[in-house]
Amino acid sequence: MSTLPLETAAHPEQLRRVVIEPLSRVEGHGKVTLLLDEDGHVQQARLHIVEFRAFEKFIQGRPYWEVPVMVQRLCGICPVSHHLAACKALDQVVGATTLTPTAEKIRRLMHYGQILQSHALHFFHLSSPDLLFGFGSDVARRNIVGIAAAYPDIARQGVLLRKYGQEVVRHTAGKRIHGTGSVPGGVNKSLTAAERDELQKDIYQMIAWSRDAVRLVRQLFEQDLATYRSFGTFEARTLSLVRADGAMDLYHGGLRAQGADGGTIFDHVDYGHYWEQISEEVKAWSYMKFPYLRALGHENGWYRVGPLTRVTRCDFIPTPLADRERREFMAFDDGRAALSTLGFHWARMIEMLHAAEAIKDLLHDGDLLGTDLITGGKRQARGVGVIEAPRGTLIHHYRVDENDQVVRANLIVSTTHNNHAMNVAIREVARQYLDGRTLTEGLLNHIEVAVRAFDPCLSCATHAVGRMPLSVDLLDADGSIADSMVRG
Amino acid sequence: MNERPSFLLDGDEVPFDPGQTVMQAALAAGRYIPHLCYHPEFTPHGSCKLCTARVNGRLMAACTTPAGIATEVESETEELNDLRRTLVQMLFAEGNHFCPSCERSGNCVLQALGYDLGVMTAGFRHLFPDRPVDASHPEILLDFNRCILCELCVRAAREVDGKHVFSLAGRGIGKHLIVNAESGRLVDTDVKVTDKAVEVCPVGVILRKRVGFATPIGARRYDQSPISAQALADAPRPLERNHD
Repeated sequence: MSTLPLETAAHPEQLRRVVIEPLSRVEGHGKVTLLLDEDGHVQQARLHIVEFRAFEKFIQGRPYWEVPVMVQRLCGICPVSHHLAACKALDQVVGATTLTPTAEKIRRLMHYGQILQSHALHFFHLSSPDLLFGFGSDVARRNIVGIAAAYPDIARQGVLLRKYGQEVVRHTAGKRIHGTGSVPGGVNKSLTAAERDELQKDIYQMIAWSRDAVRLVRQLFEQDLATYRSFGTFEARTLSLVRADGAMDLYHGGLRAQGADGGTIFDHVDYGHYWEQISEEVKAWSYMKFPYLRALGHENGWYRVGPLTRVTRCDFIPTPLADRERREFMAFDDGRAALSTLGFHWARMIEMLHAAEAIKDLLHDGDLLGTDLITGGKRQARGVGVIEAPRGTLIHHYRVDENDQVVRANLIVSTTHNNHAMNVAIREVARQYLDGRTLTEGLLNHIEVAVRAFDPCLSCATHAVGRMPLSVDLLDADGSIADSMVRG
Repeated sequence: MNERPSFLLDGDEVPFDPGQTVMQAALAAGRYIPHLCYHPEFTPHGSCKLCTARVNGRLMAACTTPAGIATEVESETEELNDLRRTLVQMLFAEGNHFCPSCERSGNCVLQALGYDLGVMTAGFRHLFPDRPVDASHPEILLDFNRCILCELCVRAAREVDGKHVFSLAGRGIGKHLIVNAESGRLVDTDVKVTDKAVEVCPVGVILRKRVGFATPIGARRYDQSPISAQALADAPRPLERNHD
């Protein structure tokens, strides 16, 4: 088992333990533990995911056509990603090597709607309170209600952007959350002309607001460049899907892995054999596995996925406004913003703009109204589906027997890919901001700001309206509680 | 011209023909009595008890009670609907009914009744029985998790298909659906995907394979109108009478 700096203290029994639990949900619970010496210096910092979901186990024995609807229950924020990744895998099982144009475009529309709503939710509802009020600002105000009071236009735009994305999902999947639109081999509905017209009505406003959001993040960087440049920043290898011509493609592509310097580790790799490139390490202190690039081994092969990776490691974005913003982001501060952990927010808004532009293009494509919805072919026993979910690369892998029952499933979700990177980020923040200081709620929030930048669903509850269930216990070396703090 | 005999249903006169049950007469008159195991094409069964009504002061199953013995019937009362909600809750608790990922969601009689009766909570601790799926047949999936023991498949196989494919075995809480094969597997029976027994399942037990979620949300049966309205629309109507 590999260890990294600040991952494991030499003599933990002599150290004070500070626990932040729950951080909030990753469809469950996560917590951060810090071990401090007598002088308050951080000796160990870990992000633990303490949930155990077992989806991979309980879909065994179920008929394969049920899987895309069942597995999306993993998440309430990005169910479309699981729905589509499962369908992409099961397309292979039913022999649908190429979908009909209508099916492919309806699925893409669904996916871009999901990207739009999820990114809007994360930035406006969950992260903007940190960014607009300050990481250590008054906790009672640091939430979406506080944003609505202080910045009503921004809050309103966030709510309406998310609503629009959910409407796109509703028209393509049947429901805003947990729909059934995508099925193995295609989709079960296309758009009616009325549905298309309804979505066309507001799309230009969504594009304009998305551009405003990109510029808002840029202003935040300009106002406090020193903090934004360095906060929780570290060098990381990256993994993402890219189109055959190197363009960003959030729905389909080949795997691209690069070193911290942008050098190629592998490129345009068929994800159908992802296990030849990626393996997973288990650590005793977390239920979440630690994926790594096999070529580099488990000590050096960890990597980062998600918006920051996708925006900075694609060759271009295939919609004009988003690509212009990408180039400005890449050039800003001599390229340092594109390396920073808080650059996630900037990249996320660029992707939201890309999603809005892509929705606009699709809504002007006649194939969306087509009636040729499903295709099939020679049955296969195995299928792998990979998609770029809002939070990063998402892998679904199934084996189906001759009776149509799932016999094996492996899901590597975005948050899992980022497990190591998030741990490195919190260690960096702990070293930068907490080391040797008296801990306060505001300082502890810095840890959450770092985790939140990755948008691992961990941020949901920490910005919940009302009482936030966060308690921190300070334990003596013998385990007795020396101090505790509850905020809510 | 002779007047048709009638009984009072919740205070209103409901005429009936000789041989009709309370349920048949009520539906023919456009009056809905909630039901689950009753199906107009098959011999009434009286097992689910959802159609329980107060007939002449006594609780009786409307689907098996001859209309000829009824003078006064109460059905649409809070007391009886409370009992019906409890029965639906018990059916949900006894099986493994995961509506969120069930392909019959929106087309399921049990779910539709739950909505129509206003079942808002589970009511009972779920038993989570261990019931393996029988996927042995190439065209038909048998998911015992959702069986409500209505015996519609048993009756349809016997009365329409002329086969003996399904049966109930065991007693009490251990009662369960079995298939007529030494191996216990559906593939070893003479069932066909075109059989009435396959079509008639009101929940998600007997399913045509590889159909799944082909019907989009919004176009499913009970997306259109509640089960009570559909039961009345589908009910056999009395033939036009000759008034000569």
